[in-house]
Amino acid sequence: MKTFKIGGIHPPENKLTEGNSIEVLPIPSELAIPLLQHLGKPAKPVVKAGQRVKKGELIGEADGFISANVHATTSGTIKAIKSHPHPGGQYAPTVFLESDGQDEWLDGCNTEPQDWQSFSKEDILNRIKAAGVVGMGGAGFPTNVKLAPPKDKVIDTVILNGAECEPFLTSDHRLMVEEPEGIIEGLKIITSLFSTPVKAYVGVEANKKDAIEALAKYASSYNFEVVQLETKYPQGAEKQLINSITGRKIQEGELPFDKGCIVNNVGTAFAVYEAVCKNKPLIERVVTVSGIEIQAKKNLKVIIGTMFSDIISACGNIPGTVNQVISGGPMMGKAQYSFEASIIKTSSGILFINNEGLDTSRERTCIRCGKCVEACPQELQPWLFTNLAQRREFDELPAYGLFNCTECGSCTYVCPSKREIVHWIKYSKAIVNNRKKRKSA
Amino acid sequence: MQTVTLKVSYAPFVRSSDSIEKVMYNVAIALAPATVLSIYFFGWRALVLTILSVVSCIGFEWAVDKIRGREQTAALDGSAFVTGLLLALNVPSSLPYWMLIIGAFVAIVISKHLFGGLGYNIFNPALVARVFLLISFPVAMTNWPVPFGVDMETAASPLGVLKTDGVAAIQDISLWHMSFGQIGGSIGETSAIALVLGALWLLFNRYITLTIPLSFILTTFGFTGIFYLLDPLHYASPIFHVLTGGLLLGAFFMATDMVTSPIALRGQLLFGFGCGLLTAIIRLWGGYPEGVSFAILIMNALVPLIDSWDLSDKKQKAKEEAK
Ligand code: SF4
Ligand code: SF4
Repeated sequence: MKTFKIGGIHPPENKLTEGNSIEVLPIPSELAIPLLQHLGKPAKPVVKAGQRVKKGELIGEADGFISANVHATTSGTIKAIKSHPHPGGQYAPTVFLESDGQDEWLDGCNTEPQDWQSFSKEDILNRIKAAGVVGMGGAGFPTNVKLAPPKDKVIDTVILNGAECEPFLTSDHRLMVEEPEGIIEGLKIITSLFSTPVKAYVGVEANKKDAIEALAKYASSYNFEVVQLETKYPQGAEKQLINSITGRKIQEGELPFDKGCIVNNVGTAFAVYEAVCKNKPLIERVVTVSGIEIQAKKNLKVIIGTMFSDIISACGNIPGTVNQVISGGPMMGKAQYSFEASIIKTSSGILFINNEGLDTSRERTCIRCGKCVEACPQELQPWLFTNLAQRREFDELPAYGLFNCTECGSCTYVCPSKREIVHWIKYSKAIVNNRKKRKSA
Repeated sequence: MQTVTLKVSYAPFVRSSDSIEKVMYNVAIALAPATVLSIYFFGWRALVLTILSVVSCIGFEWAVDKIRGREQTAALDGSAFVTGLLLALNVPSSLPYWMLIIGAFVAIVISKHLFGGLGYNIFNPALVARVFLLISFPVAMTNWPVPFGVDMETAASPLGVLKTDGVAAIQDISLWHMSFGQIGGSIGETSAIALVLGALWLLFNRYITLTIPLSFILTTFGFTGIFYLLDPLHYASPIFHVLTGGLLLGAFFMATDMVTSPIALRGQLLFGFGCGLLTAIIRLWGGYPEGVSFAILIMNALVPLIDSWDLSDKKQKAKEEAK
């Protein structure tokens, strides 16, 4: 079993939905599809209020190099394009689509699987781009950009990330169990894009034995390795995953391709397969609905733009003990302020939790126990960041590797003084970046 | 749909169950064997002193928190409890009660809160108080009741005997008495077995690591060992040095105090080495028979320096990586 060498934690796994097959959520009557579901610029709307669209039709066009297309996720009428609560915490331009109940596909979309071997590399990348595929593990980086690294970078390793190290989340797990063929087909397509010989891996944490088995069945027909990884957070963080599988270390300021690696989430690989072979845009994804507090825990296949309120009504009302709704996992997710926010391409889960017991409001002084240093997978000094930030000495932080922090939250998890370490780190990054901008302006 | 009030806070939304209380009360649990055994050796007065010390430390903490406008719960966060316990374990069982209360005042008010309170204090509060008492009341602080003694019968501690009467005088102290703790000394320092038992609890539950205690003890052992080998007629054996005085109590329970020791491994090694070396030097050639408290306090003072040495290195590394 492989793992990364430094730091890491093991929070309670709470994979409450690991045995629940993926269910399909009925199409809601109204959808709120954000034009920002990826890293980079929001897509430019190409539809008008009142216009009828079919499922899979382009409604937002990638605006520039780092941006991604957005499609109608069912057929119906565009109601409005306006600012709306976004699961990331801000407001974002959003297309409102009223479903006509027909769920009628655009001609030529979602076809029978075609053989991609005859496609040129350029064709493949164009299909991925047209389908609006972005990294579905969290960051939402446009996949066509990621798969076309600068010419001088020699890629020798392609990794699919099936670690799913966040507690509670099981959406990748279920996808690996139920759609291994599509995922592996996606992996083949991705590796075919590199002219150098590449070694392909799928990294899966050891607590997902059935997923490992499901994928390993295909290992004989195609040369790749399913790597069993120690169940340890943040096993699925790009830098840690690369270290676990290849032993290589991504230094500060480097990207995976600097060390010859390309990492994609298993969900992304599946989306690549559907985009290339079935001409199907990325309009749906698997979302884990979970939390200790709620009865109906599910893995749901949901179309993008489904509002949280629709998911809640489908799962039965939530008990009054719930006081937080988290988009994403409990380690790196975002607390929601509105049920109107919607599922986007990067939404891996919705958690309903009660955090009365957490007592996060009372930060106490650092007792210098060193637990945060021990937990940090990036070899940083989290306590120092926090102490300096609280003294407002923000400019001191970058010298200690502030921007090498992946915001994994391990330090905050272990701190006995309940210090909001990651929060201070994010805050400091924002301040340092702003100061830099102001200086160069 | 029903209305639910949503609370927005920062990730992560799960936290470990560790807390200051847990850390501190586990240290208290680890000190329990030594405390109980000392009551067995030194009688009810040891018990009264221990309770008095803990209660007055918590009382002072409560009062200072109130004056400083801090949360009153801090008095029960366990840190004052541990300071009180350690203070009691570091004085002779014959110490007058009022002196102990002065000690508690020095520990909590002067050594802890004048520096900013928990987390900001540079020196181990219990040790500052002990040294303060030792300097202010040298006679009362070096009057060691003998174990199972009647009417506060006192004698010099083994280290005291060594200092004044030389190696020959300590030859007949049995190894078993030194390990079990049936020798003169501060309330909690005499039983090596009880202290190691408590230390194992902390190590097993990962509240401390072996770095500091091991480098501390091995350095003292090695340094005194060299001189023992060179001249066994003048110098006591290293085993004697490890088993007597406050070495084990200091190495496992006070040098490991998180607040006043270095955070990084390399710094901790240096810190333990410094403590061990200073202890040996003071014991062999110093004016006092025992040097553990002084050694730890001197090294406490150097912690900011050790930490910044360690960090400047990290800074350098981060810079190189960024290139
Ligand atoms: S959030 Fe940053 S500082 Fe904290 S453990 Fe993760 S990488 Fe280290
Ligand atoms: S874990 Fe918390 S208390 Fe311990 S050193 Fe880090 S910041 Fe300080």
